[in-house]
Amino acid sequence: MRVVIAEDLFLLRDGLTRMLEAHGLEVAVAVDNPADLLAAVTTCHPDVAVVDVRLPPTYTDEGLRAALAARREVPGLPVLVLSQYVEQLYARELLADGTGGIGYLLKDRVFDSAQFVDAVRRVAAGGTALDPEVVARLLARNPGVGAVAALSPREREVLAVMTEGRSNAAVAARLVITERAVAKHTASIFLKLGLQPSEDDNRRVLAVLAYLDG
Amino acid sequence: MNGQTTILDHAGWPAPALAWVRGRLTACGHGVLLGALALAEVLVAALAGLAIAVPIPGVGRPVRQLAELTRRLSGEWCGVPITSPYLPPPGADASDSGAGEDSAKLSWRQRRKWMLADPATWRDLLWMIVNPCVGAALASGSAAAIVYGVFGMALPHGSTQLAGIISHPLYGILLAAFGFWAAPWLLRGYGEFARSLLGSTRQAELAQRVRDLAQTRSDTIDAGAAEMRRIERDLHDGAQARLVGMGMTLDAAGQLLDTSPAAARALLAEARDSSVKALAELRDLVRGIHPPVLADRGLTDAVRALALDSPLQVGVTSELPARPPAPVESAAYFAVSELLANVSKYARADRVWIDIRYDGATNGGWMRGSGILRIGVTDDGRGGADPVGGTGLRGIERRLAAFDGVLAVSSPPGGPTVMNMEIPCALSSPKTSSC
Repeated sequence: MRVVIAEDLFLLRDGLTRMLEAHGLEVAVAVDNPADLLAAVTTCHPDVAVVDVRLPPTYTDEGLRAALAARREVPGLPVLVLSQYVEQLYARELLADGTGGIGYLLKDRVFDSAQFVDAVRRVAAGGTALDPEVVARLLARNPGVGAVAALSPREREVLAVMTEGRSNAAVAARLVITERAVAKHTASIFLKLGLQPSEDDNRRVLAVLAYLDG
Repeated sequence: MNGQTTILDHAGWPAPALAWVRGRLTACGHGVLLGALALAEVLVAALAGLAIAVPIPGVGRPVRQLAELTRRLSGEWCGVPITSPYLPPPGADASDSGAGEDSAKLSWRQRRKWMLADPATWRDLLWMIVNPCVGAALASGSAAAIVYGVFGMALPHGSTQLAGIISHPLYGILLAAFGFWAAPWLLRGYGEFARSLLGSTRQAELAQRVRDLAQTRSDTIDAGAAEMRRIERDLHDGAQARLVGMGMTLDAAGQLLDTSPAAARALLAEARDSSVKALAELRDLVRGIHPPVLADRGLTDAVRALALDSPLQVGVTSELPARPPAPVESAAYFAVSELLANVSKYARADRVWIDIRYDGATNGGWMRGSGILRIGVTDDGRGGADPVGGTGLRGIERRLAAFDGVLAVSSPPGGPTVMNMEIPCALSSPKTSSC
């Protein structure tokens, strides 16, 4: 699996490269600015691009813009955006085209390399990796309102992990329950929220996000 | 009848004509009342003149009350609003200008000193002396012209002294008609005359401005210092403490590495968790100092991000052609944030509407030529928000005051609550504030 990295800080760029390579991923090129990223995604044909939100020249949201531009350049290009902070607004912008292959994670998540590499692989496969903090804030918005309030505490846990973009198997592993139980919970969640059940991890994330949007 | 297009009153008069006549009559009536007020002022002025020579307690108050009444009536009746020019009482909060409630606490000796030192007091007295002649003539001139004209017409020529001047009934009609027609203009003239003496002089305005600036400056410095202390404390108790802990944990892990790798691994995991927590705390701290999305995207998107995080249904509309200066953006953002928090805490509202717009070059105030950033926050809650009682709203007012901004709150019991902020500022190009 070929990865392109865009990160302006040398230490992080180097660390990311070594970590991904240690887990058997091939880092095609690691760049430090948006222009080089756009060049790299067209010439190197990566399976996924890992992009920092803050890139030169203004160090605001160039990385996000570059990621969206790269996806326009190479339609469907899986992109994982890393940031020191997460904003629902940015998550929505990334997910807006509804084609999947999107990750949006806090930089802290690289501390757990196994989980992080799992997220990279998931995004590369066209899945979704939403940071738990984005999901938590999303769910915290309407704690007592609507059908979300009707969910049991366990169902809400399942909903949270599922909305991060995890498969039933991963949800089961995280919550230490059987996959059968997860399937039962997700069916119940979709019934209570009045959503069309879907086996596709990605599509169900989008459905839940659209639902929470009201 | 005049056909279908003209709206007719029940008496058969077209509505505009009726309004015109009514306006004239009201103006005449107001003029007479103002004239009467002027006569009352003579007495007070005489008393006040005496009080300056021989100290008599309590004379200053009616002088001011009469002057304030005239200022109010000038605004309501003559269309010439006049602001109070008085110096704040000694020891009062400089931001509360005019004869505020604080003056009640002064002894009459202090009060006398304060009032005599204020040039506005002397101008009030001058007004009370001049007004019965000039002002009264202006105010009640039209009523007098009508009465005089009608009398002159009605009485046979030469029968009385009064009618003597009007040599022909036609002159009487003309005089009455002129008085009738000119009533609003004369009233307006009275208002302008009142403003020339009762309004603020340029010097008083500047003095007030200096007091306002001194007050807002010291508020800003205090707020800045308090903010620095809070940041220092948060860093000290939060991230800094965690980093110290992390260092110690790593040291312990290093010592255990050879003898007990399993324990060392547990300590390393602990250190990692600690670093995650430290990062989370730093993130929250940064959000409180200057939210990243505000720096990245500007006010509109930052407010949208706030709306997304709010438990309420928040709709945001915005018309900002470019970005306001960073400090204004920041103040506006935190004000909106605070207002939203207030709404979700107290208002029991379901929906909130936020409207951001910029009116270019409409500001006639101190920052002449620049425009005004207007932000409206409206909710469908139960109302009853009190800008005087609530420390949160007071805090927002202080925050905005540093930029000559104001907060207006309308919150009748039962709602809805409408909060409007106005901050005079110039807009920069989108590029300049992004670094």
